[in-house]
Formats: sequence, structure tokens, C-alpha cells
Amino acid sequence: MNQNLYLPPWVLWLFGVLFVGFVAYGIVSVRRSNGIKRSFFASPYTVWMVLFTLLPCVLIAYYAFTDPTGAFTLDNFRNFWDSNYSVNKIYEQMGPDYAVLVQRGTVNIGTLVYSLWMALLCTVICLAIGYPTAYFMADRQLKLGSTLVVLFVIPMWMNFLLRTVAWMTLLEDQGLINTLLKALGLPAAQLMYNNGAVLLGMVYNFLPFMIFPIYTALTKMDNNLLEAAQDLGANRLNTFWRVTAPLSVPGVISGITMVFMPSVTTFFIPRILGGGNTMMFGDLIENRFLTEGNWNVGSALSLIMMVLILISLSILRKADPEGEGSGIV
Amino acid sequence: MVEKQHLIDLQHICKDFDGTTVLQDINLYIRKKEFVTLLGPSGCGKTTTLRIIGGFEYPSSGTLLFEGKDIVSTPPYKRKVNTIFQKYALFPHLNVFDNIAFGLKIARLPGDDIKRKVEKMLDLVNLQGYGKRSVDQLSGGQQQRVAIARALVNEPQVLLLDEPLGALDLKLRKDMQLELKRMQQALGITFLYVTHDQEEALTMSDTVVVMRDGRILQIGDPKSVYDEPANAFVADFIGESNIMHGTMVHDELVHFSGFDFPCVDEGFGSDQPVDVVVRPEDIMLVGEDIGQISGVVQSVLFKGVHYEMMINTGETTFKVHSTVMQPQGSRVGLNIVPFNIHIMSPMPPDPCIEGGAEEE
Repeated sequence: MNQNLYLPPWVLWLFGVLFVGFVAYGIVSVRRSNGIKRSFFASPYTVWMVLFTLLPCVLIAYYAFTDPTGAFTLDNFRNFWDSNYSVNKIYEQMGPDYAVLVQRGTVNIGTLVYSLWMALLCTVICLAIGYPTAYFMADRQLKLGSTLVVLFVIPMWMNFLLRTVAWMTLLEDQGLINTLLKALGLPAAQLMYNNGAVLLGMVYNFLPFMIFPIYTALTKMDNNLLEAAQDLGANRLNTFWRVTAPLSVPGVISGITMVFMPSVTTFFIPRILGGGNTMMFGDLIENRFLTEGNWNVGSALSLIMMVLILISLSILRKADPEGEGSGIV
Repeated sequence: MVEKQHLIDLQHICKDFDGTTVLQDINLYIRKKEFVTLLGPSGCGKTTTLRIIGGFEYPSSGTLLFEGKDIVSTPPYKRKVNTIFQKYALFPHLNVFDNIAFGLKIARLPGDDIKRKVEKMLDLVNLQGYGKRSVDQLSGGQQQRVAIARALVNEPQVLLLDEPLGALDLKLRKDMQLELKRMQQALGITFLYVTHDQEEALTMSDTVVVMRDGRILQIGDPKSVYDEPANAFVADFIGESNIMHGTMVHDELVHFSGFDFPCVDEGFGSDQPVDVVVRPEDIMLVGEDIGQISGVVQSVLFKGVHYEMMINTGETTFKVHSTVMQPQGSRVGLNIVPFNIHIMSPMPPDPCIEGGAEEE
């Protein structure tokens, strides 16, 4: 079943060439009269990047364009448009009697649209909650900053899965909230296994990634600028819209990037809090790889996701060419 | 030039920061079209005074009148006052034009008026054609001009300047001093200027207010502050001085450095301890035998226009400025004309201020 669990021979060759090249470069550099070049010391990082970032990407591309035998094919991408494509192919080969069973499947596209929609909602909610929070944290007169930073950071020390599972005990039918509702004589509510619960889990997990970049942008801002705005006749509202808001745009862009990206690729949260009723694109990819063992289709889906993320990032980058978000792309 | 009418009145202004006294009973009035400079070392409270007038700090007690009306509780954006901040505080997300137009846009002026006024301001500060530039592309001096234009375009009654030339080099600073003075006279605006540079204060001001440790030590025009310092601190801070402890023998005769010098001061009583201040340029070097006192030249420094010599008379070491150099080790006589000897009551030791307000 796991016929794909091998590395193509050229990958091994690539490893070998890289290793030999690295050692040779080192020897040549040392032998030169001017000693080791400064850039030589960056090579461990380069190797790291090649092994764990570049190579996986190349492998994904390789699998996406090949079938299990290693031959070039575009079928994996047809699977994206028609999730029954592989099954239908078998039916068609079995003869005309089976043609009635051929059905077009839109699970993959539907899941992608659903994922993008959920990620968008999550980002909007995080921005709506995160900006005011960051604003009050950065307010020098309120002096809430360090306290709130600690409060938002402490949950992040816990594992992401644990944090999500913890919500189960709160939201379950017999969970804390429903027990409380019953004790107060109120009707119990179905809190789990719906979109709302999934969204709650996502917002909860990604909110700090929205707050901190905005908080940083706001605290970095020179207080003199706010005084200058007031001095020139701007009241609090005017000062906010004409000075604070424009100057915090880099933080907002950065926050949107850091929330939207992991949101689109979320998996596990829908399974825990959505109870399998909902599935996001990340779950779908995980499913193709680990449950079906179909690395080729899984890779094709990953590639599509990656392209979509790159497109959205480049759009964001246009909005803020020099901002903090650009470091991520 | 300066009108008699008071524009701003500070009456018994005090300010505490977390129990530390920063300002103590400040009483000051500023007249229309006056150029007033608050002068003092770092931590003397001059910037705090400016910020109270600008509306960025509230006084702990006291009254602040603007054209006779109390404005203590008026927020900064409603005051007819504009500030030029120490670090300019230009908006980095706006270009030069939009920086200058900021106040006008807030005031919702029509676009044509804004354009006309901003262009006029750019002319005034010699930045024609710079409107589209980003403020980051400007040099320190140009940023300074933008900051001035941004404040002046709102036609404020008072312009508050917080060490605006502090970041510029000496040559540029001198040019800007003259330019600011020119603008102040051309536009007829009241300037309240904060600096720790005594030369700057003397060059530009109609009135100099010398502050120390949150109190006003002396208010006067530059000449009187220089020539008649109220106490040894003012004398020391403004210009260079020889400050000595002496005794007033009787009216018009003071004893210091082992000699009874005739002077012009009266009313200190007989045999009273006093502080004596003599400017280094007011000591005349004469032949050894015809001086009131005599001493040995210990060191000679060339200072450009003059030589600075340290002359030891045995009891005191005098700092003397002279265009004629006396060689090191030679004996010279010293003469001081009576009206160049400034007598003042000894400074009381600082009783009130704690917390090390003085940094310099």
C-alpha cells in the first residue's frame, strides 16, 4: 500500500553531490591564502534550508507530477477538479455497465472554498478583536501592556493540540459550559461539532499572531507624533485615523499574513471541534497522505495550496512593500 | 515691536511628577510678538513649562491664562499654540506637502487654499519644489524647516520651540538662529523658545528667563542678564565668569583676593559676605607694579579671537581673556574697573529640590 515510501534515486544523488560540494568548498576555502571566506560560515544554514525547505518543495513538485510508478502525469491535478477521477478511471476500464457509476466529485474544490472562507472569517475576527486589544496594550497611560502580553503568551507555552482539546471539555454536551447552563436552569446548547466551534478554535489559536505584530507596530510609534497631531488641531479620533492607523498598517499586514496562512492550512482543529462534520483543506491533504497513502494526489493538492498562498502573500506584499510582513514572503 | 499686552500668563505654576517637584511657583508673562527664551541646564523644568503651555502636561497647581482666559483644562488641539518638537516629529507616512498641510486638512480648509498656503510656507522656509519628497529623504536642517513650516502654516498666536536646533551642526545652527529671528519679526508671532545654549538665548531673544531646579532665577533682556546676573549661578551659566567669595567692606568697596576693590554696588551693608563675579574679558592685564593685584601666568590657551590665561595671584586663580598674550610664567598686574565688578548676595544652598534634577 505504501508503495511511495521510498526516495527517488536522484534525491540520494542530490544529497551526495551537496555533501561532496560542501566539503570540497570548505577545503578549497581553507587552502586559499586569504583563509576561509565569511560566507562559508553561512553554509550550515544553507544546508539546513536546502534539506528542510527546498528539498521538500522539490519532492512535492516531483510527486505531484508523477504517478505511483514514477511516470509523468497530470492526473493528480485532475483529481483536484474531480475528486472521483481515479475511481472513475477504474469504472471506465471495467466496461460500459459500470459507466452509470461514474460521478463527478467536487469534494476537493468545496473543501478548498470552505477553507478559504473559514480562514477569511478567522482573519477578520482576529483583526476585529486583535487591533483594539493591541491598541489598549500599547496605551502608555493604561499600563496594561506587560500584563496582557504575559496573559496572551502563557497559553502559547502549552502545546497547540492540548489547547484545542481543552476546549472540548468546555464545549461538550456534558462540558463545563453546559453544566453551568443547566445549573442556572437554562437549556443546554449544542456547542460542539459545528462551524462556530471550529472558528472559535481557530481564532483562539491564531489571535496572538494578530495581536503581537500590531502591538509591536504601535509601541514602536513615536509618542511625539501623536502629540504633534494634537498640537496641529487633531482630536483623538482624527489622531487615530490620520496618524496611528496608517503607521500601524505594517503590523496589520504582518498580522493578517500570520493568521491567514496557518488558517488556510489548518487541520486537526476541525476534526476535534468539528467532529468530522467539517473538513478543511489541511485535513484533506493529511487524509490523502496518511489514510489513503496517495502521496501523488496529496502532493498535487499541497502544490495548489502553496500557489494560492503565494498569490495572496504577493498581493499583501504589494500593499506594504517595506513593512514587517515582507520578511515572511 | 513687542506689544505691552500680555498674551500668556503663568501664575504660581507648580508641577510634581510622582512626588518629585519639577516646577516651583513659576510666575511669568509673555507679551504679544515677544521672543522669550527659557534658558537653563537639563532638568531645570524649561521643557515642562513649555509642555504645560502646549497642553501636554497639566500643572499640579497654578493658573495658566491665554489672553486672560484660563486654559489649564483646554486640550492641546483647541489651543491657538503650535509646537516645534525637539526631534521634529514629522509624520513618516506623509510627504513634505502633506506634513505641512496636516493642520489645514484637520481644519477642513478648501483644497485650493491649502495648496496656496503650503506653497507659500515652502517659499518662506526655502524648500520650493520639495513638496513631493518623503521626509526621510531630507537632511536634518531641511526636516527642521518642514517642522517650522508645519507649525507656522496654521498661523498660531504663539509658537513653542523645544530646543529646535539641538540636532544641527554649529554652522547650520547659527544660520537657523538668524532665520528664525527673521521669521519671527516678519510674521509678528510670539515665540517661546527653550534652549540650554546661552549664546543662542542671548542672540535671539527679547527676554531671557533663566531657570534652575524648577525655579526662575532671573528674567530680563539679554544685555541685563549678561551684565547684571542676579546671582552666581546665572553669572556662571551665562558666559564665562570668575566667581569669588568676598566681603562687602562698606558701600562701593568690596574685599576679595586679598585686596579692597572699589565698586559701584551699594546697600549690602558692612562686612557682609557676598559673591563677586568678574567676566574674564573685564580683567585688564597691566604692568606688574601698576596693577591692583599681581599674579603669575599659569597657562595660556589660544581660543581664536583671544587668549585665555589662568593667572594665579596666590589667593585666587583668575580666568582672563585678552587679545595680547602674556607668556607662561611671567608676572602681570591685574586691574578691574569698578562697574565691571558684580556683587550679589550669596546663593542660598538648595533647600527644596530633591531627586537630582540636574544632570549636567
